[in-house]
Amino acid sequence: MQPRRQKRLAAVILVIALLTGAVAAMLYALQQNIDLFYTPSQLVEGLGKDKVKPVPGQRLRIGGMVVPGSVQRDPNSLKVSFDLVDTGPLVRVTYEGILPDLFREGQGIVAQGILVDATTIDASEVLAKHDEEYMPPEVAEAMKGIKHVPPSQQTTSEAPVKEGRY
Amino acid sequence: MFKWLHPYAKPETVYRLCGRFYPWLMLSGVALLALGNIWGLAFTPPDYQQGDSYRIIHIHVPSAIMSMGTYSAMAIAAFIALVWQVKVAQWSVTAIAPIGAVYTAIALITGMAWGKPMWGTWWVWDARLTSELILLFLYLGVIALSGAFSDRQTGAKAASLLAVIGVINLPVIHFSVEWWNTLHQGASITKFAKPSIDPSMLWPLLISILAFKVLMLALVCLRLRTAILQNEQHRPWVKALVEE
Repeated sequence: MQPRRQKRLAAVILVIALLTGAVAAMLYALQQNIDLFYTPSQLVEGLGKDKVKPVPGQRLRIGGMVVPGSVQRDPNSLKVSFDLVDTGPLVRVTYEGILPDLFREGQGIVAQGILVDATTIDASEVLAKHDEEYMPPEVAEAMKGIKHVPPSQQTTSEAPVKEGRY
Repeated sequence: MFKWLHPYAKPETVYRLCGRFYPWLMLSGVALLALGNIWGLAFTPPDYQQGDSYRIIHIHVPSAIMSMGTYSAMAIAAFIALVWQVKVAQWSVTAIAPIGAVYTAIALITGMAWGKPMWGTWWVWDARLTSELILLFLYLGVIALSGAFSDRQTGAKAASLLAVIGVINLPVIHFSVEWWNTLHQGASITKFAKPSIDPSMLWPLLISILAFKVLMLALVCLRLRTAILQNEQHRPWVKALVEE
């Protein structure tokens, strides 16, 4: 290789290496801020090495699985409350509004809202998080025992909803 | 070591080579796209959770994968342009950039259209969506820089440098769903693990991905030929070509 090209090659590689280092350091420093949401255990036990806990009144996002059997709807309004869990403690979410179609018990969701006390969040937005598995309903029924009901055939009696408390 | 590559640095050779490949690439690209998308959109079973809405995956995933694949191709061309200062490589950078930008835009728009009914929102600033948006800005930056100087050579150099630097974003996009918690789900198809998408849905998806790749190559051939003619317009071989 010509010395001129060698020099250019070295310069380009140096620039890439330095920038990669800079970006890596930046992303590492911002690690906790890039996470979209707290998990319930992070919320209760604190985040990172310093175990920083969010304070009541803080706006945040929480992401976890809706605990089966914990969804409670108010019969007279759109108020709903449910528990979220990942591996440890439960966090209660209250919300008033329309839930996404994919919302169901056992589903991963992300809620944005204000922390009321250590384990309660008053959400202003609830988003459904789905996983990367795609399969026809018959396969899902055989593998997971999940029965798929198209929205057009759904009746209110089939929806596993509990009323009360509110 | 790379002596056999040298004839391909000659614009005239590349022009003819692209001309020979273009019709085949375009034809097979369109055929594959029709096959993959019609099969995927009309003849695959619905998803157990998302019903028919998931079908947009057959456009979203191929365009997202190829937005990154196109970027790597552009970055390799930019690297060669910077170090070896091969003219054809320099022109390839500006030829590839708009194609990649369109793929990225398709990925973002279809992703938003999918996010609204499934997640419940058009957009959320999670790591995957944000880094893909940055990819679009990188493409736009490369396009803008290459045209920002009155001296074409300087513009091409600046654009190449940005293209090479932007490569850092590719692993960030790819691993964003693993490094951080995001609303976006993980990858359904990976090289090493069994795909988590049912075979009946996987095949049309793979065909669509191939179609997007072949179409990208066809469009690059087309745009590169135009770029070569533009830049070499005063050369004898182009004049001979025009007189033919």
